[in-house]
Amino acid sequence: MISVHEKSKIMTGDEAAAYGAKLSKVKVVSAYPITPQTVIVEKIADMISNNEMDAKFIEVESEHSAMASIMASELTGVRSFTASSSQGILYMHEMLHWVAGLRLPALMSVVNRAIGPPWNIWADQSDTINQRDTGWMQIYCESNQEALDSIIFGYKIAENRNVLLPLMNMLDAFTLSHTSEPVTLRDEEISADYLGDLKLEFSVNTDRPMGYGSLVAPEGPFMEMKKDMRDSMYGARDVIKNETKKFNETFNATLPGLVENFMMEDADYALITMGAMSSTAKYTVRKLRREGKKVGLIRLFFYRPFPDEEILQAVRDLKGVGIVERSVSFGQMGALYEDVASSLFGRIDVPAKDYVVGIGGRDIRVEDYEKMFEGLLKENNGIEWVNTGGR
Amino acid sequence: MPTSIPRQELMEPGHTACAGCGAALAMRFVLKAMGPKTLVSIPASCWAVIPGNYPTTVLDVPLIYTPFAATGASISGLREGMDAQGKEEYNVVGFAGDGGTADIGLQSLSAAMERGHNVFYIMYDNEAYMNTGIQRSSSTPYGAWTTTTPVGKDRDYKREKKKVVADLMMAQGVPYVATASIAFPEDLVKKITVAKSIFGPKFIQILSPCPPGWYYNSADTVEVSKLAVESRIFPLYEFREGKFSLFKPSKVVPVSDYLKKQGRFAHLNDDEIKTIQEAVDERWNSLLKKEGE
Amino acid sequence: MVLAPVANVPSANIKTSSWRDSKPVIDYDKCTRCGICWKFCPDVAIDLVASQDLHAPNERFAKLEAPVINYDHCKGCGICATECPFDAIEMVREEAIE
Repeated sequence: MISVHEKSKIMTGDEAAAYGAKLSKVKVVSAYPITPQTVIVEKIADMISNNEMDAKFIEVESEHSAMASIMASELTGVRSFTASSSQGILYMHEMLHWVAGLRLPALMSVVNRAIGPPWNIWADQSDTINQRDTGWMQIYCESNQEALDSIIFGYKIAENRNVLLPLMNMLDAFTLSHTSEPVTLRDEEISADYLGDLKLEFSVNTDRPMGYGSLVAPEGPFMEMKKDMRDSMYGARDVIKNETKKFNETFNATLPGLVENFMMEDADYALITMGAMSSTAKYTVRKLRREGKKVGLIRLFFYRPFPDEEILQAVRDLKGVGIVERSVSFGQMGALYEDVASSLFGRIDVPAKDYVVGIGGRDIRVEDYEKMFEGLLKENNGIEWVNTGGR
Repeated sequence: MPTSIPRQELMEPGHTACAGCGAALAMRFVLKAMGPKTLVSIPASCWAVIPGNYPTTVLDVPLIYTPFAATGASISGLREGMDAQGKEEYNVVGFAGDGGTADIGLQSLSAAMERGHNVFYIMYDNEAYMNTGIQRSSSTPYGAWTTTTPVGKDRDYKREKKKVVADLMMAQGVPYVATASIAFPEDLVKKITVAKSIFGPKFIQILSPCPPGWYYNSADTVEVSKLAVESRIFPLYEFREGKFSLFKPSKVVPVSDYLKKQGRFAHLNDDEIKTIQEAVDERWNSLLKKEGE
Repeated sequence: MVLAPVANVPSANIKTSSWRDSKPVIDYDKCTRCGICWKFCPDVAIDLVASQDLHAPNERFAKLEAPVINYDHCKGCGICATECPFDAIEMVREEAIE
């Protein structure tokens, strides 16, 4: 329910992301257009030229340059933002490692789109799943409200002085990016107050000239630097839990923290989902509950850091769990399955099945979710590609 | 005591450049001209390694290391970030080798220049990918031996002409473009000083000889650099707000004087040297014509 | 606080003297204090120092700041010896290290 005291607007996910950047008072935006991210960038350019947003806009010539210029502007100590998708994310892969390795709390919105070849512009999370090793934190949004909120929230987590790792927030292509929903626009002053200014202790300073990203020998602290990244990402879990409470209180919001448990209290079977597909999954859970079936849904909000404890607690009493992933990883089980399995391995033994869905934007329907739950009853292991064949 | 170039050092000794490194001289001169309120962005290149290992830093100004292709984008981000904080008076300088400029970094360079940021891009040109072991770049001159254009039985030395990035920058209409040589530091300092007065993108290509890569005695770095200008194989020019001017050395030498001083050209026979001389003369004449326009 | 790859120790602590096999020696009786050697040293290993104690061709030159080689950082490249217009710098072979 929308409170009558807050300003709410019908807007697409892309627009919501643009407002998120505006409310976070970013000072530099640098982006290269790629469908379906283009509206984020266009909306920001619009707001800047109408003096609704005070930021520098760099119209870069490639995504690699978008991330490189954001890296540099963050190093000067200003909050910076970019957005991309699919091929663009792949193109900037090298720079993603660089930004995380330099411990810069940049934020990027990603519209999840399939990876070519062949060309496909529709919803598919492979592009960001492919980046899970880069040191970037990852949020997958279910709604346009989350698309806006996760940017303000994302900067808060990223800029925490014990975290200092960048974050990307995801919107499914077209399903969120180009679909309109009511979104509450957070109050500008409250947002500015909540975030404050970026204070980067090691930003460039000609009074204390330093080298950023120089050569580190094997016996130098290279390994320790990488371990520090790992430790910071691990420690971010607690920061996320604490900040979620504060964010929800400050903004009267409903961010779920690391994970959302939906109708899980007495569930026998559950599915694990990420992103916009979760709405259809929840609808199906409610439908099956009305039919007397004891089912539930676990929705990951954060994928990195991976909420292993939360998953463990959610699935421990289940008779079976289905991991529903909208991405492809060749040569083994799906990425999300591997992350879940490693959380449970050696601790609890719950039958788990890997479902690959919606690749290249294929619709994930209520009947698909019903079949997935049925599948857990029959054969509760292995991997199944849902709604394929016969094309 | 008055010195012909600024006295202040903004570079420390103790770096790991080869003895006689032209690129080390280039950095030293550039920083003297820029002054202490300067940020330097360096991609993968000799200069990414010259400062040595963490936690050592060699410059008395902030040094931002980036991946290979990123210099143009990095200086754009540094500029906008500094300007967003009202620090417009700081110089933002990209300092990249010929590999990171003519090849892998060409796209981001061209774009940064086109967007018009108030930045410097300095290309230190040692005419090959020296840091990774002397492999050819598009800036390697015709006739040169490199590890990927080895002479061998087939005489596979570099057959392609040198792609002169400064020429491309002029064609793109960059407000200030110049070539320079570490043998003439007063000229280089003057060019940077003039360029500082121009608001917009500025590109300077500095010929920086490399003792191991060009195969000459390290003591001759300045001499080789001087011969490059006197033989006209590396003309010094300035392109300032649409106007082109060419430096005409009072002493002109045959290009063979320059080539014979370097082992990377030792395999060339008289016919090949003649070809090079003809190409040098042709280019020189076309630059004279350009000046006349 | 995090362990970021930010380097902040000046390199002057790193001695590169062991790199060279010959070192430049200035004959101050010939040195006119022109400063060309200082100008062309890639290793910033020549300092211009006010010194009345050093030899000079005559009194006038003695008043000027003289170049002094910093042997902690000289790599023995020989550029200074090549560029000196007065042949005042000689490259002298270092003794072999036992």
